[in-house]
Amino acid sequence: MLSTFSPAITATEKLGRFMLDILEGWGRSWVFFFRIIIGCITPPMRWHLFLTQMLQIGANSALVIALIGLFTGAVLAVQGEYTLSKFGATAYTGSAVALSLIRELGPVLTALMVIGRAGSAITAELGIMRITEQVDALRSMAVDPIRYLMVPRFLAGVVAMPLLASLNIVVGIFGGYIVAVGLLGLSSGTFLSQMESAVTMTDVSSGLIKALVFGVIFGWVSCYKGYTCGFGAVGVNKATTQCVVTASVAVLVIDYFLTSILTRAFMD
Amino acid sequence: MISVRNISKSFGTQVVLRDVSLEIAPGKTTAVVGPSGVGKSVLLKLIMGILQPDDGEILIDGRSITKARLESTKNDIRSSLGVLFQSAALFDSLTVYDNIAFGLRERLHLGTEEVHRRVCAVVDQLSLEDYVSLLPQQISMATRKRVGMARSLVTEPKVLLFDEPNTGLDPLTGQEVYDLIRESKALWGFTGVVISHELPEVFQVSDRVAMILGGSIICEGTPDELLSSKNPAVVQFLSGSVDGPIQIQ
Repeated sequence: MLSTFSPAITATEKLGRFMLDILEGWGRSWVFFFRIIIGCITPPMRWHLFLTQMLQIGANSALVIALIGLFTGAVLAVQGEYTLSKFGATAYTGSAVALSLIRELGPVLTALMVIGRAGSAITAELGIMRITEQVDALRSMAVDPIRYLMVPRFLAGVVAMPLLASLNIVVGIFGGYIVAVGLLGLSSGTFLSQMESAVTMTDVSSGLIKALVFGVIFGWVSCYKGYTCGFGAVGVNKATTQCVVTASVAVLVIDYFLTSILTRAFMD
Repeated sequence: MISVRNISKSFGTQVVLRDVSLEIAPGKTTAVVGPSGVGKSVLLKLIMGILQPDDGEILIDGRSITKARLESTKNDIRSSLGVLFQSAALFDSLTVYDNIAFGLRERLHLGTEEVHRRVCAVVDQLSLEDYVSLLPQQISMATRKRVGMARSLVTEPKVLLFDEPNTGLDPLTGQEVYDLIRESKALWGFTGVVISHELPEVFQVSDRVAMILGGSIICEGTPDELLSSKNPAVVQFLSGSVDGPIQIQ
């Protein structure tokens, strides 16, 4: 009788173990997150490491962020002008470009690009430090790896993301302006005045809040995946892939909820 | 100095250490030997407080690192430890000088002048003058081990742990590392624990030897006592024979 049920029991056991593993991983990642937060708000803060990470994550990403901003703005201007021309409303191209970039595309594209460029690098670096016992060496020297390695990277991500998103938005609007005014023949005054009248501080705040939250996701996921990296080259490979996939999906999912919440909150 | 009491450790269903006890006297060096994969490095990480045992206790200078609940208490106990890792575990992004100075700056929070004085002293002792401005990837493995040794010694630890100090080295360079351990011990007078599977080379730096097999210590004594042991596993391990109770995995 027992043998009849054993495959079902085995399957249930496997499912249970799988669910427990997921819950355990989820719990570990939250404990890790709170340890970083405690590290951020209690001394000592290693400002030189924070500045080094600002250089790596922020300054070194600036060029590519500006470049994608320029072409995103340009594409938005072309698409916007084409769509709005169907309704005889090409004058609103400036507003369309600016609102799309400030509220949505600027923060999201910046986050995805920074995750791909700097997030994967952080995970790989921390993963290699872990498998070559450098993290153990820190602990053996009574230096907390969370404070020494994670906190500067996490904080730099949180600070750099809104700055990079702002850069992306500004350069994007410039790209849109060049295409709309220079190539599509829109009036410069119309582009700028429509943009100015349509964009409010609420839109800017909404975009910056999103960028800040994406910075938290970036720092949390990239540090956690590096810190819990498996052994060998395969382990680093897996951790890096997981970092990019998890953080990118999280950004897009959370973007939906943030957009809903912020739109409703600011409308009220 | 170090008291390992009835330590057990498993990973999942795999039992790595089973009721292991070991006493390491102050100023003496004990070698923990055994085939690869028997849990020697796990024992070292348990002593460092990096891993937590399932059962048992480890005391360092009378203070339990395994029962310490707070990381700050563990760090306090770790302050008396220095470790030379298998691959030296130098920080890639720091120069040799900064690697050596790391513990002085980050753990002891010493001023620049004192850090420089202490680093120069240990660099001089270990003949590392030519390498201080280089990065770890620019120096040989043997030099990395010397730098790792310097990084451990510069904070003047009471206990120095060596995890397979000869890994990745040819016999001549390996001998240099043993000479270095002996000379450093004469100068700094630390208590040593050496994890190794290289016999009889490791005996030259050991006052006592403990052999681990199947998760337990099967033989403990002076190097001479181990050499004269009639235990079949010890005899097989010393002779390097494939025939005997030790199963090659």
